[in-house]
Amino acid sequence: MNLSTKHLLGIRDLNPEDIQLILDTAIQFKEVLQRPIKQVPTLRDITIVNLFYENSTRTRISFELAEKRLSASTINFTASGSSVSKGETLLDTVNNILAMKVDMVVMRHSASGAPHFLAKHIPASIVNAGDGINEHPTQALLDAFSIREKLGSIRGRKIALVGDIMHSRVALSNIYLLKKLGAEVTVVGPPTLIPKYISDAFDVRVEYNLKKALEWCDVANVLRIQLERQNQVLFSSLREYSLAYGINKKILNSLKKEIIIMHPGPINRGVELDSDAADSRQSIILQQVENGVAVRMAVLYLLAGTKAENN
Amino acid sequence: MKTILNDQQLAITIQRLSHQLLENHLNLENTVLIGIQPRGIFFSNRIVKEIVKQIPAEKIQYGKLDITFYRDDVRQGLHTLNQTDISFSIENKNVVIIDDVLYTGRTIRAALDALLGFGRPAKVELCILIDRRFSRQLPIQADYIGKSIDSIITQKVKVFWKEKDEKDEVVLVE
Repeated sequence: MNLSTKHLLGIRDLNPEDIQLILDTAIQFKEVLQRPIKQVPTLRDITIVNLFYENSTRTRISFELAEKRLSASTINFTASGSSVSKGETLLDTVNNILAMKVDMVVMRHSASGAPHFLAKHIPASIVNAGDGINEHPTQALLDAFSIREKLGSIRGRKIALVGDIMHSRVALSNIYLLKKLGAEVTVVGPPTLIPKYISDAFDVRVEYNLKKALEWCDVANVLRIQLERQNQVLFSSLREYSLAYGINKKILNSLKKEIIIMHPGPINRGVELDSDAADSRQSIILQQVENGVAVRMAVLYLLAGTKAENN
Repeated sequence: MKTILNDQQLAITIQRLSHQLLENHLNLENTVLIGIQPRGIFFSNRIVKEIVKQIPAEKIQYGKLDITFYRDDVRQGLHTLNQTDISFSIENKNVVIIDDVLYTGRTIRAALDALLGFGRPAKVELCILIDRRFSRQLPIQADYIGKSIDSIITQKVKVFWKEKDEKDEVVLVE
């Protein structure tokens, strides 16, 4: 009973048994986070470097907390203020760090496939914390954990992913994971933000009408509209986007049933999600954050377990 | 295969151990019972069932502890995680750890470290069903012992419980 891979590069490479194992292990770690002393010594022989080439608060803190709660030694690397500005290559940077005997690398990079590239060239275990517009596996895992916690199961549930699907690694990882666990998925957004052949490629529904999608779904996972993209003529203005696709309490109240609201964060309040919806009883956004630490602890614990097999 | 305790003897032993516990911890007032996952739980459940005949269930503080994270061989293969459920504080309480077989003592050492994560107990005692004496690899001892046996390293003690194996029996296997 072990993970089938040495790395966590994407949900693409995981089979349903791997996913179940991670989610079940995360339950035990969530219990640890309720104890007076929220720490276990399990990874005290492991050193982990957090290699973040892209900005992040939430994910980085979540990983750091997970590592510290497992008693691992952690090093943080952010690209700004390092030799990357002097032109050092990715491979050189990592090999230098590995020469200092680091066991695992948690990596976020703006280039899709960067962790996969690294995995081919270095012996350490790699955890993808987000690569370009490819995948963000731990986010999808914590989303699934949160849905399972709230609804009891994922199979057969109806999940709507709302927002900039085209550029969202959270959306792609979620689509892979939800389909592998037997959920039904609809992607919702303006046509300019939804890839053309997505319904053929992934067996997901496409819906351009927000209200229809919300009537259909059990859970709405709302993605951030990247403010950087508003000048790329993909939608006319943030205000128009929020009029057509913004979720607020009024729309939620107009639905026949109470749906669950999720968001990976950070929220652009008033754009994709209004405060009265984000802070409502139907939102499990803060539980997602809490579950994130437990899920990441589970991932690190299980990947460290494979270290023994490989030695 | 040799039977160490048959179902009758097992029942009487459990009765005796629960009475010994009550003798030292009057009314279980400042005491908590903690069963060790996965196999100690069957034993601790039976102990609690006996105690309930004397003390009302609401007054008993009973928890379950999984020690996987604290094992000293945690890197030698992946062990299945079981549920830890300690919903009360152990600060200043008398803790009785309950497990089925005491062999090398490593499980109990791990349990002691795990308990530190929940507070500082006033006292920790150990209640064990089968004590494989002279086999300790760490300086650990039991306070309440069901039966002490002599065994060699190639032998294994197997405890069968009606709830899971359809019989109550303790055997020594070669």
